[in-house]
Amino acid sequence: MKVSLFITCMCDIFSSNVGKDTVELLESQNCDVDFPEKQTCCGQPAFNSGYTKDAKKAMKQMIKAFEHSEYVVGPSGSCVGMLKEYPKIFSDDAEWYDKAVELANKSYEITQFLVDVLHVTDVGSTFTGRVTYHPSCHMTRILGVKEAPVKLLESVPGVELIKLPLGEDCCGFGGTFSVKNSVISGEMVKEKVRHVEETKADYLVGGDMACLMNIGGRMTREGLDVKVKHITEILNTR
Amino acid sequence: MSIKVHEELSYKERVTDGVENDFMRQAVSSAQERLKKGRLQAAEELGDWEDWRSLGEEIRSHTIEHLDFYLHQLSEQVEKNGGHVFFAQTAEEANDYIKNVVKKKDGKKVVKSKSMVSEEISLNEALTDIGAEVVESDLGEWILQLDDDPPSHIVAPALHKDREGIRQTFADKKGYDQTNKPEELALFAREQLRKDFLAADIGITGCNFAVAESGAITLVTNEGNARLVSAIPETQIAIMGMERIVPTWEELDILVSLLTRAAVGQKLTSYITSFTGTRLENEIDGPEEFHLVILDNGRSKIIGSEFQSALHCIRCAACINVCPVYRHIGGHAYGSIYPGPIGAVITPLLDGYEEHEELPYASTLCAACTEACPVKIPLHEQLIRHREIIADRQKRTPKLERMMMAGFAQWASTPAAYQLSAKMARTALKPWSKDETITNGPGPLKDWTVNRDLPAPGKQTFRSWYKQREKEKKHDN
Repeated sequence: MKVSLFITCMCDIFSSNVGKDTVELLESQNCDVDFPEKQTCCGQPAFNSGYTKDAKKAMKQMIKAFEHSEYVVGPSGSCVGMLKEYPKIFSDDAEWYDKAVELANKSYEITQFLVDVLHVTDVGSTFTGRVTYHPSCHMTRILGVKEAPVKLLESVPGVELIKLPLGEDCCGFGGTFSVKNSVISGEMVKEKVRHVEETKADYLVGGDMACLMNIGGRMTREGLDVKVKHITEILNTR
Repeated sequence: MSIKVHEELSYKERVTDGVENDFMRQAVSSAQERLKKGRLQAAEELGDWEDWRSLGEEIRSHTIEHLDFYLHQLSEQVEKNGGHVFFAQTAEEANDYIKNVVKKKDGKKVVKSKSMVSEEISLNEALTDIGAEVVESDLGEWILQLDDDPPSHIVAPALHKDREGIRQTFADKKGYDQTNKPEELALFAREQLRKDFLAADIGITGCNFAVAESGAITLVTNEGNARLVSAIPETQIAIMGMERIVPTWEELDILVSLLTRAAVGQKLTSYITSFTGTRLENEIDGPEEFHLVILDNGRSKIIGSEFQSALHCIRCAACINVCPVYRHIGGHAYGSIYPGPIGAVITPLLDGYEEHEELPYASTLCAACTEACPVKIPLHEQLIRHREIIADRQKRTPKLERMMMAGFAQWASTPAAYQLSAKMARTALKPWSKDETITNGPGPLKDWTVNRDLPAPGKQTFRSWYKQREKEKKHDN
């Protein structure tokens, strides 16, 4: 199966290891992975701030970059969720609408792809540790991926999965919200960290680097000893 | 006359007040958890909740699409039942009409049941101005009235107060000398209010739903106060937003089922009262005179706009009860009597962007509101739509931000520029990085690092790793 990696700008720049793990994970499931070099950012920072015209420029670039891909798979519920919104955004644009639909239909978040398309839940990870999972908002509510990450984590024999209290609550990131409304954002992430602490887990795992960077950044600021991992890092431990 | 709350403070000041108010935050977060749990449980017990939501959406959408027809039908029915109907285009028109009714009846004492629309138009102030005594009979509203404090939630207006605060208010304003036990507090309020019910000459209620086919006004309460307000005074006035209408009893049944579950997690509230206006010859109770005031106040502008579905709202507050932003700042921070996600959507529509420009940004777009809404209003999408109007169409955002976004567009649509900057990010942030961490970032990053650290961009971008790997692969072959 031919799969194109959608790295997301955040993982490209800040967390290349997540990209590596995603590639290796897909290859371990016999996928033939390529990386369309012309990809940039999904446009979400501009779109969610109301700059639709600016966002569309980024979106068109993404549509072009993945034009020839069979499947597009990325390690972020939020960024893939954005691709899924393209048809709505280009609904009044005859030239781009069909292309937007095509990209949306072939795009998957990595855990969604593993479970729903490849029908795998046990990926052979040897990771061991006490883990709590933060189900990020866009992954669960925009993309509708709730079960897949949990199934995958539960299938890792060495993982002890502890439920995060009020896990469904936003961590306070919200893109530009974190700087525009930094006071509120700060209170939200503090509360999230309290809940992570309550689990006494050694690892906080999630499917979106932005949320993890937010929660993780607060935990290092507080000097907590909880390690932050993207779910692909857990799944690709061999 | 306006829907504004604490307008003497700026948004930032209101947010700071909220965040620093530990009592309020404790009260709000425990109420949120209780209400959220109740809603989920009630939804599960009902079964097929998603189908119910779709049905609710369908009914609301149909009704608003044909609002002119149903409003006409409603007004004809109310008049047939012996009532008077007044369409008020503005808050002022509504207040003037109600003031006239009170004056004509020589009304001295007005007793009210809870009505957010009456808050929206500042009806109490208008009536006090003409010398009438107004008494709120909903327990939460009564507490706030004694304290001269605005509501912070559309269903539980005094959500921001704990029972000790309420005891204090009763002691200060009404000479209460017992404990802060809810039973004692409620009994005291009941005794006090009973006198007002019996002495009032005018009763004013809100309206959860008006049934167009019969002209019946339906009120959903847990305290029974609306029933007393609508049964005892000789003159009765109901005030409703023009969108609060259902075609027939059948749709009322469905929407009430959704409302009580979504609002408080109950199958039904303790009292659901429907009345059709004046007392008929063979009836033993009800008013002699009945007036229905139907308020526009900016709503008709929303019809036909991209925000039309905001008019589907049944005021259950489910979106408020799940909103993590609301939890930390409370209702007053929104500066509107309609707080939370639905408030952030409708306040700028009803009262303009000028003084409510921050509201669409008071959300992380986590979509918990959209998921909770029993009539499926895409609240987070409407918040983005507001932002689009503010930024793209009306160009009200700061110049620097506009330049940054234009730069973003250029960057994200030019792969070569993107690749270069991705490579350069680490070097660019080097002056602020220590041990792979940025604790005090420059520019907008400062607002980030005030609360948490930022990792320094990685030593190698993904794409350079990938390129190297491809090269090695080729070499190996």
